[in-house]
Amino acid sequence: MSAVAEAPVAATADARKAGDWLLVATTILLCVWVLLPIYLLLVNALSSPDEVTGFPKRFFPSFDLGSLSFFINFAGVARALWNSVLVATLTMVLSIGFGAPAGYALSRFDFPGKGTFRFLVLMTRAFPLPLLALPLAVMFIRTGLDDTAIGLALVHTTLALPFAVLITFSLFSGIPVELEEAAWTLGCTRWQAFRKVILPLALPGIAASAVFAFTISWNEVFAAAVLTIENRTLTAFLLQSLGESPLYLKFAGGAALVVPALLFIFAVRKYLFAMWGIANR
Amino acid sequence: MKTMLKKVAGVALALSLAVDGAHAQQVLFWSTQARPVEETQKMRDEVLKGFDGPVDYQVAEDGPWLTRLQAELQAGSGTIGLLGGLHGDFSTVGAGLADLSGVDVGGVKVNEAYKKLGMLGTGEQKYMPWMQATFLMAANKQALQYLPAGVDLKAITYDQLIEWSKNIAEKTGSPKFGFPAGPKGLKHRFFEGFLYPSYTGSMVTKFRSAEAETAWNKFKELWQYTNPNSTNYAFMQEPLLSGEVWVAFDHVARLADAFNQKPDQFVAFPAPVGPAGRGFMPVVAGVAIPKTSPDADKAKALVAYMLKPETQIATLKATNFFPVVDVKLPDDVPASVKAFAPVIAAMTSAPDALPALPPMGLGDLGGKFNQVYTDSFERIVLGGEDVHGVLEEQAAALKAIIDQAKAPCWAPDKPSEGACPVE
Amino acid sequence: MNSKALPYLLLMPATLFLCVFFLYPFALVAFEAVTRDGAFTLDNFRTMAGSWKFPVTVRNTLLLAAIVVPIQLAMALLMASVVSQLESGRSAALYIFAIPLGISDLAAGLIWLAIFDQSGFLNTLLSSLGVVDRPIMFLGYQSKLTIFVAVALAEIWRATAIMMVILVAGMGLIPKEYHEAAEVFGAGPWKRFVCITLPLLRPSLQTAIILRVILAFEVFAVVAALGGTNLPVLMGETYNWQFTLQDRNVAAASALLILAISIGFTLFFLRVLRVPKEARI
Repeated sequence: MSAVAEAPVAATADARKAGDWLLVATTILLCVWVLLPIYLLLVNALSSPDEVTGFPKRFFPSFDLGSLSFFINFAGVARALWNSVLVATLTMVLSIGFGAPAGYALSRFDFPGKGTFRFLVLMTRAFPLPLLALPLAVMFIRTGLDDTAIGLALVHTTLALPFAVLITFSLFSGIPVELEEAAWTLGCTRWQAFRKVILPLALPGIAASAVFAFTISWNEVFAAAVLTIENRTLTAFLLQSLGESPLYLKFAGGAALVVPALLFIFAVRKYLFAMWGIANR
Repeated sequence: MKTMLKKVAGVALALSLAVDGAHAQQVLFWSTQARPVEETQKMRDEVLKGFDGPVDYQVAEDGPWLTRLQAELQAGSGTIGLLGGLHGDFSTVGAGLADLSGVDVGGVKVNEAYKKLGMLGTGEQKYMPWMQATFLMAANKQALQYLPAGVDLKAITYDQLIEWSKNIAEKTGSPKFGFPAGPKGLKHRFFEGFLYPSYTGSMVTKFRSAEAETAWNKFKELWQYTNPNSTNYAFMQEPLLSGEVWVAFDHVARLADAFNQKPDQFVAFPAPVGPAGRGFMPVVAGVAIPKTSPDADKAKALVAYMLKPETQIATLKATNFFPVVDVKLPDDVPASVKAFAPVIAAMTSAPDALPALPPMGLGDLGGKFNQVYTDSFERIVLGGEDVHGVLEEQAAALKAIIDQAKAPCWAPDKPSEGACPVE
Repeated sequence: MNSKALPYLLLMPATLFLCVFFLYPFALVAFEAVTRDGAFTLDNFRTMAGSWKFPVTVRNTLLLAAIVVPIQLAMALLMASVVSQLESGRSAALYIFAIPLGISDLAAGLIWLAIFDQSGFLNTLLSSLGVVDRPIMFLGYQSKLTIFVAVALAEIWRATAIMMVILVAGMGLIPKEYHEAAEVFGAGPWKRFVCITLPLLRPSLQTAIILRVILAFEVFAVVAALGGTNLPVLMGETYNWQFTLQDRNVAAASALLILAISIGFTLFFLRVLRVPKEARI
């Protein structure tokens, strides 16, 4: 009996090894695919102007910090960086604050107007923002929200809200309602059940929404260029000027813009998997 | 995590609402010019430092620049003190600009032709000329060996240019003439101000004519020896520096970097001559005050400051745009200015010079006007369509635009009664 | 607890927010699309459709989306599966795969231009390997196919992470026991993927696909960087109408067209990938 049982076990062990090898190979391939262009961006950002426009290109950076140091010394960069971070954080807070309750409502309840709401949320993303910038700017100037971080954050929240609503919706949909019901029978109020049982399970969705809200706000240019002048975000600040700058500055500026967003994603990444491998259903 | 998030939110909200009122005194100079980061830096550090009072020089691309201005005009109040832009930028918003006729420029002599342009076809001085530039040709010295015998660069004709480009393409194995045909390239100015006047002596009236068809066919010929990447180029300085292109046509500010980085490798020469003369178009930048400006007097003082000879020279060093006032150029100008100044002088004062002005009186139809020429280029040269047919259709579109704007002719066309005719 | 009113209460902040910051400016702009000098007319749509570039523009936009989105879906699923199966190095892999999220589309266009340019990295690689004597012009106006491929590659690189993050957040909730049970019963990895993972991932799949498709019709910055004037797309033409040609009415009409196409596809996917009411674990 044991001999019969061992053969398939050995076969699956071999298959598993081959599977492991395939997994590792695929992972490495995908990582190279993603990282190579980023590496090339860094090479160009850290090269001298000559090398950036020259041919053949070098694949190793010459660590010429001229372009990058130009940016660090460019008047107003620090302030703009702070503004960007502020606006992106506000966007995150607002979009999750508005979006998560809506996502929960969409997943747990059935009510007239549900489809319409979901539709409305999706459609806000389907219309180009630069065309809406003019009426929004007029509204902001008249109400005094002009040139404030909160004003711009409100506009960015409009862009990020669909992501927050739909991602939290898809996550709440995957959590069985029985868990909440069990909590209720054990004496929790609805809010307590939500906070203690559902929210920790939905943390990956909240984290994903936060990542989207931050990066969408961070990378948005047009509305930022129109709605903030003195309190410019870094993206508006740099990209308005970089469009016509020499190539080596474009790369240095592009690299400078990328770094903070990457730091943020790094900080948040472990929340994306908060509940993996936990088999306590 | 949620409580931490809440705390962060609270602090952020508080900080964002904290009003920062230190900027109440300064003039906001909202401009589409000097956009490259180094130029903006120089504008702030060298040009505007001498003004009596703080100035915040902020740049924006055309879309946001216009949207912000329109929003302030619509809302009836705003923070923009002074506007900086090209002639084309201002013609869209003429109605929202204040009259600058009364500004005291302190006895400085401003170019009269440009002042007239600045009236935008109305009786008021809508913008004051600020600086000017034009388009030139540039060549890598390596290309000079392929120049046909007996050709003088300063008097090169289109036919000679075509032959030269053909030589380069055949002898080096790849086409090396470059043209800014990218989406942000200024190709429409080439067709309006250089190609058309040089062959037909006009920009609008002879849009569809035998001479115009010759012009397009000649350009199609030149295109055969043009680097196909040209449809991506917006700034010819980059392909010149990388060696992809050896002979190029572009705006002086977009060629400057090549001359500044490697002054010994390039030579500048005037735009070519055609059967009807040497057409060229200046680029005029101006300053204007929007009607919603918070402090009009301060803004007017800034206008006067920008026109002072010292400021004009500092602007030249910062942006490669030349002065609009009579001023002698000093010796410590960048290499590109040293290379361009004599060429520009030669081109504008040559006996066969045929100056073409930017379109006047078109209001917000200026963009559609430019599109007629761009579309003609794309269809005839890129798309290979029949020249005669395309010109017929585009002429109809052109006529519709001019008639709608009721714009009279401008140089190089002869003045007209009423809307400029398209023959 | 009043169950009937609760969903509406949860939705209210998001709804009010969207009404003020989206519906109001949208109504103003949509109004401009159907009027001209104050009179109602469909002329703007006629002008837009009558432009000689219009058929090519629509074709390019739809074709690009049709090619890029399915490839991205497959890659995103692959990345998400890889991440879920890795035991060590999981969060590093997830972070690397999510890096393109932090890159703005302008920076992405810049990087890929540096790769495909005549004096770019790809040509440098090919000439140093001796494959070509002279740099190839990948982006010349005559090689429309190569330009299309370059743009597709750049878009795939840039935007796959969007779908991946949504799918990863959803995958975390699929209990491991299901996979283990299936393995015991002899199901191979592919069968497990198709029969367990995909169906349970439906809500996330729906969200990811719809959001990505909507964004795909708004593609612009990467196409402009690589294709210049050779590859017109709907978004680029909308900007052209609005800012270069100064015709707000036709620009609004063009934006409404993008919206209509997005609505069409959204409805299609909402139906096809419907999350049945009983789809709870």
